[in-house]
Amino acid sequence: MAKYLVLIYGDEQIWESMSEQERKDNEAAHGKFVAAAGDAVLGGHELMSTTTATSLRGRATGEPTTTDGPFLETKEALGGFYLIEAPDLDAAIALAKLLPEVSVSHSGVEIRPIVEAG
Amino acid sequence: MTDDSEVREAVARAHRREWAVVLAATVRLVRDLDLAEECAQDAYAHALRTWAVNGVPAKPGAWLTTVARNRAKDVLRRESVLRSALPLLVTDDVVPGPEDRPEGSVFDDDRLRLIFTCCHPALSRDAQVALTLRLVCGLSTTEVARAFLVQETAMAARITRAKKKISGARIPYRVPSSADLPERVAAVMEVVHLVFTTGHAAPVGKDLVREDLVDGAIHLARTLHQLLPDNTDITGLLALMLLTDARRDSRLSADGRLVLLAEQDRTRWDVDLIREGTTLLTEALRRGRPTKYSVQAAIAAVHTEAATWEDTDWVEVVGLYEVLVRLWPSPVVELNRAVAIGFRDGPEAGLAALAPLLEEPALGTYAYLSAARADFLRRLGRWAQAATSYEEALALTDNDVERDFLARRLEEVTLHLG
Repeated sequence: MAKYLVLIYGDEQIWESMSEQERKDNEAAHGKFVAAAGDAVLGGHELMSTTTATSLRGRATGEPTTTDGPFLETKEALGGFYLIEAPDLDAAIALAKLLPEVSVSHSGVEIRPIVEAG
Repeated sequence: MTDDSEVREAVARAHRREWAVVLAATVRLVRDLDLAEECAQDAYAHALRTWAVNGVPAKPGAWLTTVARNRAKDVLRRESVLRSALPLLVTDDVVPGPEDRPEGSVFDDDRLRLIFTCCHPALSRDAQVALTLRLVCGLSTTEVARAFLVQETAMAARITRAKKKISGARIPYRVPSSADLPERVAAVMEVVHLVFTTGHAAPVGKDLVREDLVDGAIHLARTLHQLLPDNTDITGLLALMLLTDARRDSRLSADGRLVLLAEQDRTRWDVDLIREGTTLLTEALRRGRPTKYSVQAAIAAVHTEAATWEDTDWVEVVGLYEVLVRLWPSPVVELNRAVAIGFRDGPEAGLAALAPLLEEPALGTYAYLSAARADFLRRLGRWAQAATSYEEALALTDNDVERDFLARRLEEVTLHLG
């Protein structure tokens, strides 16, 4: 088995303009994903919007600079994540395909394997 | 003792035909692409020495596989502690080795595993092509780099990165489930077709045809057809490649110049390939929906059926391009349809059909558009405009044989300008 971080990216403006009903539907879809994935989900959270983000950027000398906002200014912001466990990439892809964000055009997910210690 | 040249020929033949089998069976045992490649290479080197003394075995593939796998087992025993820390390929453990199964099926499964792993959608198209040529067709990194005109070090890095992704992200060494199969087969066909077209008309360089790529692609398509005989998409793709390749020898004159379809010596077309391709095409069209590959094969078949260029059934060709545009809407297909219209209805109609494509940004640097326009203008005797179009096409072409052809045509029309 291997661990993968499933990063959910999307257009933050569209996320924020979701109606109450759309928000509920989305939550319900995530509930269904977690139920379907079962033990494969090791953890996960939705993130607050990028306006709440604080970035520390490294500098060659001295203190890092602290700024507001996400590390990278892109239209597609990181909105949440799951840590999942799967036997291989095909299984991880099959799981991630159940997420509601992959069935609308303004969002998607990135699957990154976790480096195993050892 | 066997004759040296005979042995070298036998080893070379086994390399062409059995490389993927030997590598694939070894990969499944050691679950490490690099080690498996090393051991497969060793097996071929060993064959050169041993076959010279003992003769060529009856089943070279099985011999090479056994040697490669034994060598791999030795390495694994010696390095077991070291290697246990490395990420291994994910395989289905239930399949026994070839020693436990009758010959045939397990080799087939292994080759398919290798092809599907190399063409996994989680790899970039460049990486898919490079890995397929390297691991399935057995081309060296140098040859793969040369085929795609990149530095050898860059190609080596690309292949290494792709292999790392396969083990790191755990891309499985497995034939996809039947639910995923259609999508995954489509990706494999794209790769095979890309290798073929790159070889058939090399985009740059001094050779018009890269025989290693064409032969590799056809071999792959044959393998796929053999392994998945009921997949009519693959049948259509193989038909397309055979019907196209049947014209290989007539595309160049004795002095190495480009010969257009219209002027080719049709007696030099390979009748065996045409017969085989036509049979496959008929089967594909009878048993499955038309695909972009089978329709292109049908167009190639119309050309092979015509005894001369003048006998070409252009009504049929244009009709097939209409179907193709619907299946595969792309500016290049539109261009081919426009050219066919020009041959059906005359150069004036051809120019009119090409006109809207001049606005197409995707064709802005596409030499064939300028060349097609130039040809129709030449037929109409509009020499000055033809010359301009040939100059345009020349500026956009990087293949030496094609450049030479265009330069000669430019000279021809310039003579009329006085």
